[in-house]
Amino acid sequence: MSTLDLNTVKANKVVDARGTSCPGPLMDTKIAISTIPIGGILETMSSDEGTRKDIPIWAKAMGQEFLGVVSEPGYDRIFVRRLK
Amino acid sequence: MRMANRMSILLFSGTRDKLTSVATLSTGAVAMGMEVDIFLAYWGMNAFRKSMIGTNNRFDKDFEDMSGTLAKNMQAKNINWLENLRKAKANGNLKIHVCSTVADLFEAKKEDFDPIVDDVIGIGGYIEQAKDAAITLYI
Repeated sequence: MSTLDLNTVKANKVVDARGTSCPGPLMDTKIAISTIPIGGILETMSSDEGTRKDIPIWAKAMGQEFLGVVSEPGYDRIFVRRLK
Repeated sequence: MRMANRMSILLFSGTRDKLTSVATLSTGAVAMGMEVDIFLAYWGMNAFRKSMIGTNNRFDKDFEDMSGTLAKNMQAKNINWLENLRKAKANGNLKIHVCSTVADLFEAKKEDFDPIVDDVIGIGGYIEQAKDAAITLYI
């Protein structure tokens, strides 16, 4: 999925983890993923530099689908689709 | 032998820098779907006493000149090791054990520890948990 698509996608849930340091946003992502329906999209907002690298690794390990990152000034919007 | 999807930490130190590292590692492991066992000995054990857990402000002596800045930044960035450890425990399989020999040495009982501590166990129990853990750390 391209960045353009992610700019317009409507997530089932948005987790605002900005201001928390690693692995806070990752933990919040793990907690939130089970609250959305299978096939749904979770967006994590993070200002921590490591998280945009961690979430793809986490998604692969957990069997979820990493969709991509949209960079905004001072933070990232990280998208994951719940597969299971 | 197949490694268990588990991280086992032997926490000897009780300074805030190391406690914060343990909370960060434990949170990361829980988020990644691992079980976590923390075995407390010596100063690590004392840091979990009810009488010390909320007020402990000790830092590594080797970097004493930097500890003031570190404490200030931890507060500014809202990094609270105990809160983070509680959150990890609430959202995963994380257990905290006290070494019975050390508890005896410091004359501490189960009720002297914060409720985040699960139990007091022997070294045999620790070895059993650690021997097939995929990650083992001594901190």
